[in-house]
Amino acid sequence: MDMPAPNPALLALKPKLVERLLKVLPRDAVIDDEAETRAYECDALTAYRCPPLVAVLPSTTQEVSDVLRICHDMGVPVVPRGSGTSLAGGALPTADSVILGVARMNDVLETDYANRLIRVQTGRTNLSVTGAVEADGFFYAPDPSSQLACAIAGNIAMNSGGAHCLKYGVTTNNLLGVTLVQMDGTVVEIGGGYMDAGGLDLLGVICGSEGQLGVVTEATLRILPKPEGARPVLIGYDSNEVAGQCVSDIIKAGVLPVAIEFMDRPCIRATEAFAKAGYPDCEALLIIEVEGSEAEIDDQLARIVEIANRHNPVELRESKSADESARIWLGRKSAFGAMGQINDYMCLDGTIPVSQLPYVLRRIGEMSQQYGLGVGNVFHAGDGNMHPLILFDANKLGDLELCEAFGADILKLCVEVGGCLTGEHGVGIEKRDLMIDQFSAIDMDAQMAVKDVFDPKWLLNPAKVFPLETSAARRAAAE
Amino acid sequence: MKAMKPDSETELARMVTEADGSLGITGGGTRAIGVCDAVALSIAGLSGVTLHEPGSLTLVAQAGTPVAEIEAALAAEGQRLAFEVPDMRGLLGREGVSTIGGVVAANASGPRRVQGGACRDFLLGVRFVDGMGRIVSNGGRVMKNVTGYDLVKLMAGSHGTLGVLTEVSFKVLPVPETTVTLACSGLDAAGAVAAMSAALGTPYDVNGAAFHDGTTWLRIEGFAPSVAYRSAVLAKDLARFGAWFEVSDPWAGIRDVAAFQGGASDVWRVSLKPSDAPGLLDKANAEDALLDWGGGLVWLRTKPGGDLRVALGDLQGHATLVRAAGDTHKALGTFQPEPAPLVALTRGLRAKFDPRGILNPGRMG
Repeated sequence: MDMPAPNPALLALKPKLVERLLKVLPRDAVIDDEAETRAYECDALTAYRCPPLVAVLPSTTQEVSDVLRICHDMGVPVVPRGSGTSLAGGALPTADSVILGVARMNDVLETDYANRLIRVQTGRTNLSVTGAVEADGFFYAPDPSSQLACAIAGNIAMNSGGAHCLKYGVTTNNLLGVTLVQMDGTVVEIGGGYMDAGGLDLLGVICGSEGQLGVVTEATLRILPKPEGARPVLIGYDSNEVAGQCVSDIIKAGVLPVAIEFMDRPCIRATEAFAKAGYPDCEALLIIEVEGSEAEIDDQLARIVEIANRHNPVELRESKSADESARIWLGRKSAFGAMGQINDYMCLDGTIPVSQLPYVLRRIGEMSQQYGLGVGNVFHAGDGNMHPLILFDANKLGDLELCEAFGADILKLCVEVGGCLTGEHGVGIEKRDLMIDQFSAIDMDAQMAVKDVFDPKWLLNPAKVFPLETSAARRAAAE
Repeated sequence: MKAMKPDSETELARMVTEADGSLGITGGGTRAIGVCDAVALSIAGLSGVTLHEPGSLTLVAQAGTPVAEIEAALAAEGQRLAFEVPDMRGLLGREGVSTIGGVVAANASGPRRVQGGACRDFLLGVRFVDGMGRIVSNGGRVMKNVTGYDLVKLMAGSHGTLGVLTEVSFKVLPVPETTVTLACSGLDAAGAVAAMSAALGTPYDVNGAAFHDGTTWLRIEGFAPSVAYRSAVLAKDLARFGAWFEVSDPWAGIRDVAAFQGGASDVWRVSLKPSDAPGLLDKANAEDALLDWGGGLVWLRTKPGGDLRVALGDLQGHATLVRAAGDTHKALGTFQPEPAPLVALTRGLRAKFDPRGILNPGRMG
């Protein structure tokens, strides 16, 4: 993965930059010691590392504005960072950049049950947003699997999803307003406690812009009443095609489960060895969860079971209790950890039309043979968001490169069948160079035009999202 | 100049490239608001459903496709556009056939928006021709997609000021087995908003909450046993507000603001926090008011020429002048003026997407 060479002029500015930052931030909020900046050298895509010039941890929107104004003035790039859980390298620094972490900004500013919203500072973790309202019967719906650690700032930057978005949507569908600090320090309020934009839907384009349009310091989020209950059913099939057909039939029948999770044989075997959840040894496993009162759950599960039985499942286990539900989810929730026990792995995130599921799984199996690397599939089947986990050995020379090439081929396949490179993780640096496989030069030019407007000097989160060659002319013009 | 009506995206792109004056983009001409002096560019020639995969909950259509055609195609598979497309013809006194491109350009969303989401929430992808005549694609046809910036949302509700939509794709949903509407009479606006907030705060998936002329309505949809259960517990939970009775379906009338059709009064559409709605009504001095989205959407019928935004004052939200004389639109502005930094961003985007300023000039100010 190419990153632009650090600008020596910026590296030389470090003492002056630190001096100016210390005028607007307390000493403990400016991290400039080389040993300490290492803590910010990577996010959850650990294959790529680079310590930043400086890291800052502001505590208020005003401090964020001051930092950005200084960096803008000095021409120093800024990499916004939530909790650093990006799997796409979204918070990877460059050597000549400032990491701006919002971790100290984690207050709840307002909870408003009558209007079903919560206003938080964006350093707050996803799960603790729900934590702030669950005693009163509410929750925040988007639930990325990193929800214990990941920050709302990063969720907004990447438009994060989760297992339950089939019913509740992703971050953008649950975001009502933001306080955005632009690169020149201007603070803008966009949206708020109301449901639609007054002018252009700027909120819609800010969400998912990977921290390249501004730094979001506060967010108004939609909260929802918690369902009365939820229970899953586990269904095993001896072919991926049949499992895919079952998913399609359930959706067509008008049942809208909150989650439809799919695991293939390599993944089932790995999780069984690791978590001993008691899964059947079969080709494809579905975990389908529905919500409602006890009677409603029984009714919906009966409808699902009726459809599932038409396809001759090898196993069908309907949860009758919280304990059984936990056991059904146990394997799915430990799937990533289980794969990690076998080897290092790379987690992909392409989305495909649900109808293409069997074909794509077959092709991934064939490619796995060609590359000689194992792959397990665990994914959100209801919305076609796949998570192939490619196994490789980080200590083996050339294995990472081989794995990346395999991953790229899978993502190109996703695009080829009518899908996309990333469903919920974001482009970051990981999928940056594959953008040309999904978008024409004009498509990307239209996206970069938005960046030109919000960040004319191209200083925010550099070298992400757009291939370096594609953005070269704009970056040069901005200097 | 004669109206233009291209038959293909390529021809449309050529027409925009070669345009030597402003273009007023139109679909069926049923829902555009405000003023725009320009040569008509009709997209009605770009018509037809290009893909419908019921098992993937996906539909793709050309922008000029009549909404009725899409709804019929979906209904044949027991599906629908879940955001409930409003029909504005009655309110605006228009004829014509509503097209899906116009719906997207206006981000037009009905009562179900309060729970299920707006048009923009169901929009998966767009193709459009920008002001330079370039064909741009963004998003796609899959439900989860964070690849690159989300221009799909930006195009929804941009009223044709950033580009001419040529194709749109949607997430669609199954039509539920049963719908029940509960009504309660005798509440005032404050009581109605309190009742609707309470209802929307229950786990019973209320997906319609409206109030007009002393009646409050709540809607529940789903499988028959579930709807029966939910409507019963809901009526019980909300008994403190009054008695709730099952009534026949009022939602098309609420969606289309049927109560305000005809007459010479102005019509405003206000988006605000539901709890601020009763206060606005107290100050607005309106002839009539219809509350939707649990109070988050307020339709007001007012005397011609008055400025409702004075009553809105510092409340969070915005007021759109939906129906008024051309002079009133010009004097007050169709859309609420925005703060300077937002104006700068909006102007910047329009200058990038339409540097000549030829697409729907004046439409959004």
